This record gives sequence, structure tokens and C-alpha cells, in this order.
Amino acid sequence: MLKVLRQNKLLTFALIFVALQVLLAVAAPWLDLHDPFRQVMVQRIKAPNALNWLGTDQLGRDVLSRIIYGYRTSLITTVTAVALALFAGGGIGLLAAYCRGWFDRIVMRLMDVLFAFPILLLAIGVIAVLGPNAWSAAIAIAVVYTPIFARLIRGPALVICETEYVEGARAIGASDARIILTHLLPNLVSVILVQASILLSAAILVEASLSFLGLGAQPPTPSLGLMLSEGRNFLLLSPWPAVFAGFAILFLSFGFNLLGDALRDRLDPRLKVAE
Amino acid sequence: MTPRFLIGRLIDLGFVLFGVSVIVFLMIRLIPGDAVAIMLGANTEITPDRIAELRGRLGLDQPLLMQYGNWLWGVLHGNLGTSIWTGRPVLGEIAAALWPTIELTALSVLFGAGLSIPIGAFMAQARGRGAEVAVRVGAIAGLTIPSFWLGIVSIFLVAKLLPGVSALGYVPFSQDPLGNLQRMVLPVFALSLPMLANLSRLVRSATLDALGQDYTRTARAKGASRRRVVYVHALRNALIPFVTSVGVSVGYLLGGAIVVEQVFAIPGLGRLVLGAIAERNYPLIQATILVITATFVLVNFVVDLLYAAIDPRVTN
Repeated sequence: MLKVLRQNKLLTFALIFVALQVLLAVAAPWLDLHDPFRQVMVQRIKAPNALNWLGTDQLGRDVLSRIIYGYRTSLITTVTAVALALFAGGGIGLLAAYCRGWFDRIVMRLMDVLFAFPILLLAIGVIAVLGPNAWSAAIAIAVVYTPIFARLIRGPALVICETEYVEGARAIGASDARIILTHLLPNLVSVILVQASILLSAAILVEASLSFLGLGAQPPTPSLGLMLSEGRNFLLLSPWPAVFAGFAILFLSFGFNLLGDALRDRLDPRLKVAE
Repeated sequence: MTPRFLIGRLIDLGFVLFGVSVIVFLMIRLIPGDAVAIMLGANTEITPDRIAELRGRLGLDQPLLMQYGNWLWGVLHGNLGTSIWTGRPVLGEIAAALWPTIELTALSVLFGAGLSIPIGAFMAQARGRGAEVAVRVGAIAGLTIPSFWLGIVSIFLVAKLLPGVSALGYVPFSQDPLGNLQRMVLPVFALSLPMLANLSRLVRSATLDALGQDYTRTARAKGASRRRVVYVHALRNALIPFVTSVGVSVGYLLGGAIVVEQVFAIPGLGRLVLGAIAERNYPLIQATILVITATFVLVNFVVDLLYAAIDPRVTN
């Protein structure tokens, strides 16, 4: 493992970059941060200074701690969403590839229909039904990503179903569940890891867009997208909250995308050709 | 293009449009709780009379299949429903908001796709480890910069550096062509950057692929210059996967336009649908989603046909 990391600088960099941000988000309550909800009216709209390293927002709240807690909101929402989508979409793709026939055709057609909606629009539609809040955003992103995972998993799964070892397993009388769990799934782990990382990167942007539009986390929850939309109104007085929140979204999304990209090279060079 | 291929595509198209219509139709019916009370709650006092009146007006008191049939019949005849607040057909409101969104999206496709070809071809000539890393990091950065943030920062910079220039809002092209284009510059840039990054990278790798093929070697052998081989022989074949990607990107742009319109105060479909969500005007939300999605589906249908026309191997 260490040897791999030493050889692959890009992967190492991506891993450290992502781990740092995730650690910050996880450890937020134990860090010696300002209270992200506390409004100090005499210190509104301050530029970065010794007390508030990234300045304060229009209500005098500390921007740094709101960003770190914003990371938490963003990660909790998107990791939940991607996990749900992976479970639903991955399961559908796996079963479709394994069962083939009418099940495959019907289920993948349904996925095509979901796939026909522009991503953000479908997410907005789901939120219109469920009402705007962080959980609706998570479900919306999960719904949008389910067909994507189904397609991504089905392709490689079909290839694996054709291999001799699956045929061999079937020949010695292994059950369907056994073949799926012990032969298909382990061989798909690298595909899943790569795609989950890249889709998480995209999900972070979708979540930020939704909360920017007021359809995700609601005030006063610390949320990166909300910080941007609130900061926008005070841009000429102080661009800091909007600028830093934007960098935070960019770093988080960039980190996961780079990680997925580097993992793809590392785990399976054939994946690149298959695309 | 064989008739068989065309018929197959048309059946696919019909199926997807049918599926989309069912999902959009079900939207109101999936609202948890009493949908009618929720809708009314946005703007007025809820009374049993009003609930019954609106339920009747929306046809929610009929059997589900009949509701769908009536709704689809209306949609096919250009009746997308009426606003629950004004009682006017939503089609009028959509038509008014359609043009800014179409202009923004079309200009972004032109800008993103147009610029990605020379950039990608140029990048294909840069090889070696340093260039590889730069291309990769640049492409990922382009994909992951939030467009609305880019928009906000660019508005801020224009306000600071060019105080006289108006970057916000929208004027119709027919009224003030220059003012229209001037206000489109920043939104188009913000919206198309991820697409530009994605497509440039695609053009680059497809060009590199094409450069490894026998026909490029033949072209070099018969004396074509290296530049001519890249831009004429390799690039033309690299465009085949490019066309599909542009089609898929349109969906991204139509979604992204909703956010960018909000940033730049452009009165398009995005603003319309967000306003409709705020006042829980579900017929308007449904109709807008239906119109945008149908547009996207049709664009991709055309792209599929184009793809088959460019590359005869597809139809076989």
C-alpha cells in the first residue's frame, strides 16, 4: 500500500486532500471553533482578521466555522444520497445483468426514462414534491443517480457474467445469491469505488446548487450553497463569505473527482478503454 | 441510415416520452399529505370549499387513469394546464420565459462545443508527463468549479473593474442586440465552462486515438504535414464521439441554466419554475419540467440520428 502511494503521487495527493477535508468535517465539534450559529452584531461583515480567520458574514457569524460545519452538511447529504443511489442503482444494474431477459429489458427501460430528465431538473422536481429541506435534497440526488449507477454497474457486470469462472460456479451448482455475492460483487468493487468517488464529486455540486436555490438545507443551517446565496447580497460590502464558500465547494468536489480519476488509473487500466 | 434503425429509434423515443409524461403526471399525486391543502396553504386560507373547488378544477376527484388520459389529451393539444393562482393557461407563462433560456443554452452550446475543438486539438499535441498532469488537473478543475460561484465572482469583478457595464438582467435581442449579447457574455461563460473542460478533454483523447490509427500514418507517409494530419485527418474522426457528448451536455446545460438564470437575474424557465415552487403552483412546475425534458429528449433523438449519419457503422 505504502509503495503504491509513493509511486503514484497524484493518488497520494488526492487522498490527502480529501482526507483532510473529511477529517475537518468529522472533527468539527471537537475543534476549538467559534459557534457557527452565534451572531455578533458588532462584528458583521468583517474581512479576515486574527479573531475570525476568514472574516464574518452579514449576521456577524464566523465564516471559517460555518464553512467547516457546511462541509458536514454537504458531506452528510451527499454521502447519504450516493449510498442510497449505489444501493438501489447498483442492485438494479447487477440483477439486470445477471437475470437478463425481460427483467433486464423492463428495468433498464425504466432507468432510461429517469435518465431522460436533465439531472438538476429531476432533482428540483423531486424536491417540489417532498418540500425543500436537506433530506429532500439527499433523496432527490439519490433518485437522480440511481439510473446512472444502474448503467455503470450493468455494463461491467454483463462482462463478468460471461466469464468462465461464473460459468464454472454455476456448473458446480452454486446458488444465484452465492454467484452474485462472491463472484460478481468482489470483481465490481474497483468500478464501484471509482464511480462512487466521481459521482460524489458531482453530487457535492448538485447539493450546493440546490441549497443555493433555497431548495436544500434551510437557514440557519451552515451550508456552503446557502452561504453563497446569502453572501451574494452583500458582495460589494464584503466578498469574503461568498468567495470562501465557493472555494470550499470547489476543493471538496475537486478532491473527490481527482481521487476517482487517480483510483481509476490505479485499480483498473482497462476501465479507461471501456469508456 | 436504414429504415429499420429509424423505426427502432422512433419506438425508443415514443417510449421515453411516454415514461416522462407518466412521471411528470404523477408529481402532484405523489405529494405526501393532502396535495390540494398544501397548494392552497402557500397563498390563502384553507377552507373545505376552496379545497373541493380546486380539487375539482385539477380533476383530482376522478379515477387516476382517467386523470392521466385527460391530462395527456390536453398536453397533446397544447393545453398544459392552468395556473392555480391566476387560472390562466400556463403555456403563456412558459412561452414568455422560454426564449431567454433557449438563447442562454444555445449560446453556451456554441461557445463550449466550438471552443473545445481547437483547444482539444491543441492539447493533443502536448505530450509528456507534465502536460498530462496539467491537462488532467485543468479538466477536473473546469468540471468542478461551481458555475453559480463563477457567475457571482464575475459579477463582482465587473462591478469593481467596469462600473459602467451592466452584467445583470435580460433585454430581448430584437430590442437591443448589443445590450442583449453584452448581458449574455458572463452567463454563457459561467454555464459553459464545465462543458468546455469536458469536451476539450474528450477531443484531445479522441484525437490522440485517431493519431495512432493506420490512416494517419498513411497521411504522414504521403507527405501531409503534422499539423494537417492533426487538424484534418485525426480531428474529423475524433468528432464522432464528440457529437454524442454534445447531446448529453445539453441536459446539463438546461439544468445548469436554472441556477445561472438565478445568479444573473435572467427571466427564463429556471426563474419560472423556482417561483412556481415557492407558491406551490404545481401545474406550472409540471408543465415547465415537461417542456424542458421533452426538449432535451428531442435534442438527443436528433443527435442520435446525426451520429448515425456521420458514422454508418452505428446502424449496422
